[in-house]
Amino acid sequence: MAVSTAEKLARGQKEISIGEFFQRNKQILGFDSLTRSMITAVKEGVDNSLDACEEAGILPDIYVEIEQVSKNEFKIILEDNGPGIVKRQMANVFGRLLYGSRFHSIRQSRGQQGIGISAVVMYGQLTTGKPTYVISKTEKEEVAHWMRLILNTKKNRADVIEEDFKVWEDKEHGTRIEVFINARYIAGKQSVLEYLKGTAIVNPHAHITFKDPNGEVEEFKRVSDENPRATREIKPHPKGIELGYFINMAKASKHRRMVTFLTDEFSRVSPRVAKEILEKAGVREKQSPKTLSIQDAKSVLKAIDEVKIMAPQTDCLSPIGPTLIKKGLRNVLSGLRPKFYAPPVTRDPKVYSGHPFQVEVGMVYGGELPKDKQVEILRFANRVPLLYHQGGDVITNAISKVDWRRYGLEQRGGKGIPYGPAVILVHVASTQIPFTSESKDAIANIKVIENEVEKALRLCARKLKTHLSKSAKKAKNREKFNIVQVLLPEIAKKSASIVGKPVPKLGKTITSIMNVIWIDDSIEYDKKRHKVQVDIYNYTSTIKKMKLYTELPIDNLDMKKIDPEPDDINGDKIQWDIKRITSTDVFSIKFELKGLEEEDFSDIEVYFSDVNPSIVIGAEMLPGDWNLDDKKITAAAQSLFDYDEEKDDDGVAGQPDEEEENDVVDYDDEADLSDDDNGIDDKAEGF
Amino acid sequence: MVSEDRHQKAVKELYDIADSIYRQIEKGQIPKMEIPLRSKKNIQFAPRKGVWKYGNMKGIRSAKKLNGAYMLLRTMYMLEFIKDMIKDNKSSTLREMYYISEGWDKGKFGSQDESNNLAEDLEIVTACMREDFKLRPEEDGARIIGNLTLEEVNRKGIKKRINCQDDVGDSGYSIPYNVETDKVNFIDCDAKFVMAVETGGMFDRLVENGFDEDSNAIVLHLKGQPARSTRRMMKRLNEEMNLPILVFTDCDPWSFRIYSSIAYGAIKTAHISEYLACPSAIYIGITTDDILNYDLPTDKLNAQDIKALKSELTDPRFKDRFWRDEIELMLKINKKAEQQALAKYGLNFVTDKYLPEKLTELGVL
Repeated sequence: MAVSTAEKLARGQKEISIGEFFQRNKQILGFDSLTRSMITAVKEGVDNSLDACEEAGILPDIYVEIEQVSKNEFKIILEDNGPGIVKRQMANVFGRLLYGSRFHSIRQSRGQQGIGISAVVMYGQLTTGKPTYVISKTEKEEVAHWMRLILNTKKNRADVIEEDFKVWEDKEHGTRIEVFINARYIAGKQSVLEYLKGTAIVNPHAHITFKDPNGEVEEFKRVSDENPRATREIKPHPKGIELGYFINMAKASKHRRMVTFLTDEFSRVSPRVAKEILEKAGVREKQSPKTLSIQDAKSVLKAIDEVKIMAPQTDCLSPIGPTLIKKGLRNVLSGLRPKFYAPPVTRDPKVYSGHPFQVEVGMVYGGELPKDKQVEILRFANRVPLLYHQGGDVITNAISKVDWRRYGLEQRGGKGIPYGPAVILVHVASTQIPFTSESKDAIANIKVIENEVEKALRLCARKLKTHLSKSAKKAKNREKFNIVQVLLPEIAKKSASIVGKPVPKLGKTITSIMNVIWIDDSIEYDKKRHKVQVDIYNYTSTIKKMKLYTELPIDNLDMKKIDPEPDDINGDKIQWDIKRITSTDVFSIKFELKGLEEEDFSDIEVYFSDVNPSIVIGAEMLPGDWNLDDKKITAAAQSLFDYDEEKDDDGVAGQPDEEEENDVVDYDDEADLSDDDNGIDDKAEGF
Repeated sequence: MVSEDRHQKAVKELYDIADSIYRQIEKGQIPKMEIPLRSKKNIQFAPRKGVWKYGNMKGIRSAKKLNGAYMLLRTMYMLEFIKDMIKDNKSSTLREMYYISEGWDKGKFGSQDESNNLAEDLEIVTACMREDFKLRPEEDGARIIGNLTLEEVNRKGIKKRINCQDDVGDSGYSIPYNVETDKVNFIDCDAKFVMAVETGGMFDRLVENGFDEDSNAIVLHLKGQPARSTRRMMKRLNEEMNLPILVFTDCDPWSFRIYSSIAYGAIKTAHISEYLACPSAIYIGITTDDILNYDLPTDKLNAQDIKALKSELTDPRFKDRFWRDEIELMLKINKKAEQQALAKYGLNFVTDKYLPEKLTELGVL
């Protein structure tokens, strides 16, 4: 059997000794208030668990429990199904600050500095005086081992008070920690529950259970069985590296010559590039890195700036991806029944100061989200929710710079956080998130990151805008539909009954009012089936033919329940040729999808071709790239433009061909009957 | 015209509306109705009648718009309802009709204002009165006290003679909704003018102080903007008994509008202004000048008041010098006052001093 993950992690774990410093500066670790301490404790534990599971390729199962011991004292229990920690490393992992494998590597991970969980242990012991209980089991071992430990802050090492082996029932591998801390438990925006919600959204592969101090259990189910793509460790990229860091690397290097030091310890530096750098810097190739003067180091950095170096590789990043962002948002927000999940945007990776980063944006709109409040911003850095310092964050900054009024949200003066029933999710992934402080609350305002966030926001917002204008258009069309389908027949019937004549035919009046082809779709979900109907109303005065297209999850299409039969199916793309709809007639297409969840198919995009697009409402013209991989492309593309020759005299959609003089005054819009009244009853005009 | 003929004329006119709608649909047109615009933009002075009437601007109510389609459908229901009432010799109040529309499915009214307005639309289009449609308002309780003797046909069809001073209680003679000659006739009158008062409080004050007897006045309670029957009553008193109409209101933009309804004709009912308006009516006060001259307690104008005043500046009925000055002065001092503000100088001040002074100034006394 190969070396277990725990063993591998153990080998990378080295020591940094600054325990005492952190004892005096606990606020920078996120323990500056009682409420904050609660979240930090949970967060450090959960982040560690998620990272460990990911590295080991395990789908995380995380249990969080908070018990209230006394007014300000709580017992926090965190349990995972991670790879476990080997016995000899346990005291180090939990009992020494800055002890971890991740601190020395450059890759995307949650707990970037490795000060996390041991800081919780330390904070707990400082505030309650109680030791921490840890139990862990690796896959290889028969039994679990447990210990009670406290942190010796002077020596930055753990003092184990008590330890033993025990059988851990039904547990193949995993770790459980029970720590007592002084804290305060609150509900609301900056709470443990909010943090876990956020975590669940961006980690749809995790199953998280939370039991709060009142014994209430909240469960976030796993909605994806895919572990995030494993991140790779990379060497630092020379561009943008800081002087101190560079000198430290040089001092610690095992290489004896600058040229091999640069080539071997940095990414994207070939021997040729290394030589070019050194030549420009005026430093000898044979110079020993250990004895490099500060002056020379500066020259090297200056030269690095001037030399062209390939951008750092970006395959070390692990974005969540549009599909999983949507799934995650659905999983957690479905209770608010949002009307629209904008297709999330994942940008291509970019580089800041030598570090690759990648931005993702998701958006949710409508339903029971509050209409008159600021939109909810969900900020994430390497899949970790950021709950504090929203104001000082690059994400908030980028959001405030977008003029959201253009995309259908309210915003005073076109600046600042917009208002409306929306949730905006922004995820920044990087090998090195530039946090504004050690407590990792906010991402620093770095121009390239801000630009990327802004671009991603605009892309996503555009989709929201399209959705909103589509619904507005639909509502307007529904009005007209109401006129011709409901009111007009009633008017005709009543007038006929008053004058004692047969009910007149409405065809021509209807086509005069509408003069459009109206395409309306409806989706009903019942007994695990989506029943879809697309109605094509010909409200023009002539017979019409057209082609209709849509894209469906073809594997879920019930071939027995599709009527009429499509004229062409190509992959997920389906086409119907509608040969003839007479004036004022309706043509219906019905089909059913099976085996999908309701939200898997909430919107249908219908496209058309072979008819004058200016008279069609409720569907889009077939996009030019629809059949790109298909031989029929030429025919389809050609037919798009055929209507021009058809000599269509239908005019423009929504513009009835009846006289429409501009100076006609709408009586009901104009009448101003309250002119003599003041709206107060006793002075309103009487009868 | 005999009442029965009027009803038959109404039936014919209403039939024509339905017929027009029917024919338009039959021809494949979008059904519509043309109605004179009822806004201040479309009222003009009719010199021969001395009142303000609708001008020539027309609006279109068309089934092309959702609103228009709803109104046309309601029109059809209302036509049928009126036709049936005339046939069955029934009548209904405007409020009853509003509730009856609950059963009109899609033709149901959203509010009673909507149904009242549509009834007026039909009056305008057919040149009939709503009485011809067998529609009547609720009694609104406007009242009269003064030495006027009239005959009213009571419920039993008997003519009952009433003196509006001696035969009535403290609340006076209540003006019925129908004040036409088939219902009310004036027999005798010993009064020099009609004092039309906006508020109930001031009406009661004048009565308690014996103003009707001491000054030989008919005191009439307007109850805010006066109902049609109240205005018709004033019009008949003015024309048949030769009594000047004096209007006594609060001093605020809304009271100015009360006066203009009485004297010039209301925008809502401009189609029948010649029946309702008394061009010779005189505005007694309270004027903005009075506020300053008598140093009356005031309130500040609110946003609605200011909006109303500004709107009056563009109302053709307020175009003359007097009103322009009043409106501009009120905007300038940013104050308004109630009739009751006169009580600052005691309960008798209004009858002992204010009214006599004003009446002398205006040459009525």
